[in-house]
Amino acid sequence: MVDNTKFKASYSYAFIDESTKKEVRRKMLKAVSIPGYQVPYSSPEMPISRGWGTGGLHLTLSLIGRTDVFKIIDQGSDASVNACSLREFVKAMTDCEVTFDTAAATLIQTRHRVPEEILTDKQILILQVPQPEILRGVERYESKTRQMHGEADYAKIWVSLYEAYVRFGTMMRGAGYPIRVNGRYIATPSPIPRWDVPNLNMAHCLYLFGAGREKRIHCIPPYTRVEPLQFEDVLFKVEEFRDIVCAASGEDRAFMDEIYDAEGTRKFVVNDSNFLDKLKTGSRPPQRLFVNPD
Amino acid sequence: MIETTSITGTSASSEWLLRVRGLTKIYGDPDEQTLQSTGPAFDSNICPRTHAIVALSDIGFDLYPGEVLGIVGESGSGKSTLVQLLYFDQDATAGEVHFRGIDDGQVNMLGVSNQRKRYTRNHLLGMVYQNPRDGLNFGFTSGGNIAEKLLMAGTFNIGKIRARASSLLERTEVPVRRMDELPSTFSGGMQQRVQISKAIANNPPLVFMDEVTSGLDVSVQAKVLDLIRHLQRELGVSMIVVSHDLGVIRMLTDRTIVLKHGHIVESGLTDQILQDPQHPYTQLLVSSLL
Repeated sequence: MVDNTKFKASYSYAFIDESTKKEVRRKMLKAVSIPGYQVPYSSPEMPISRGWGTGGLHLTLSLIGRTDVFKIIDQGSDASVNACSLREFVKAMTDCEVTFDTAAATLIQTRHRVPEEILTDKQILILQVPQPEILRGVERYESKTRQMHGEADYAKIWVSLYEAYVRFGTMMRGAGYPIRVNGRYIATPSPIPRWDVPNLNMAHCLYLFGAGREKRIHCIPPYTRVEPLQFEDVLFKVEEFRDIVCAASGEDRAFMDEIYDAEGTRKFVVNDSNFLDKLKTGSRPPQRLFVNPD
Repeated sequence: MIETTSITGTSASSEWLLRVRGLTKIYGDPDEQTLQSTGPAFDSNICPRTHAIVALSDIGFDLYPGEVLGIVGESGSGKSTLVQLLYFDQDATAGEVHFRGIDDGQVNMLGVSNQRKRYTRNHLLGMVYQNPRDGLNFGFTSGGNIAEKLLMAGTFNIGKIRARASSLLERTEVPVRRMDELPSTFSGGMQQRVQISKAIANNPPLVFMDEVTSGLDVSVQAKVLDLIRHLQRELGVSMIVVSHDLGVIRMLTDRTIVLKHGHIVESGLTDQILQDPQHPYTQLLVSSLL
């Protein structure tokens, strides 16, 4: 009997089937061509729950090859449960090398942070996006938000910033501060802190944003202008960690986590775990720092 | 297409601000005879065969700079549809509208791109709806609502926005200290005044007023009408005022169009129409005036 080899391998390389990968890659190319525009894509469901990084995984698994070095971080940490499980999954499905070292990785999937260390033109950062539509907070209908993007009608998102300033005295948006990409589309940078937003501007690396529930991809290509929305007289500012030093490294120029020990004492620790590891060994990786306007 | 008829205004001069010709709006599917079998003569605006509703049929008029045009008629006569078509809230079925603000009136403004329509709406037109909930965003503060109109027109300076918003609110007699409160905490008259502030925020040459005083009590009505008349004189803005209330029409407008079943049944100087109505329907309207 002639063996049917088709079903011998239980999964195709990198888990998802080739036609889905092709679809996702095509849509990524489109997203790269129209910076900041949300490109819809289609794919079968993933074996993990929506909201746990399916969008990021779609992109990662479509892009990854045997020579890639993969790193995954969740809220800055390589060690969180979600990062660990997805790292195991990707390793099992691709046989790729995995790493904690930001500089050694070629493909980095992340949730809620951009690494402190400057990424190079050999690297791709894939961000998991819970809500790709920045206008959803001000307009609930998809047909309307699409038209608003099409006509660059962004008054409502500006009013929301005006209102935040009037109510709170500052343009309060904890994470996911609206950005204008390449002078055209206003997009979400995914829920990264404002601290990371300036790092998206004129970066060397490619930023891909994948939203698995809404099935949308948007992109910031390398060396693309990214401006956080700001008024002429009220400017964008990043989080300030004044008089705060990292309890583990003594560092004061990085995004900090506020933590409490068993006795209830408040401490601050550098959020980016690989950056912290490198600081502890005494080598400070290159970093872009944004200086707040007065 | 519908053949356009020419209805001349009070002046034969070519200095019109807005020229409307053959404006038609039909809901549903019309057939060839729909327009011929509806209107005041048939006492219905519903097509007897296809049941299409003719909201407006072959409307034509000119509006001159600084002029206030009244549109009067009963419920369902097409008054609100007319201003909504002109403000791009709805798409017309047929007809042409020329507006000085777009290519000096050379093109049909109903046919320009959505971007140009939006630009025209934000920079050159203002609208005050009967219900403040249509014109205001109740999730934004009153200052934020005015800011929206200013931001649409490209003012990205919070200091300037707040200065302009407070001067507008002062002018429309809304307490400036309530600028950062939600319109839902305001009285109906105040909401209407915030809406008027928003409509005139960018100094548009043309403002539409759709039944602005209909939901207000008489004393507040008088104040709002006073405010509108005052602003109109001060800014020299042209207005189209829609109302079923002849008192409002008498107080605000220079010239009036009477609509019935989507047709113009009479048009002329407001005083003339109120003193000496020609059409039986207008006579009925005037005689029912309390």
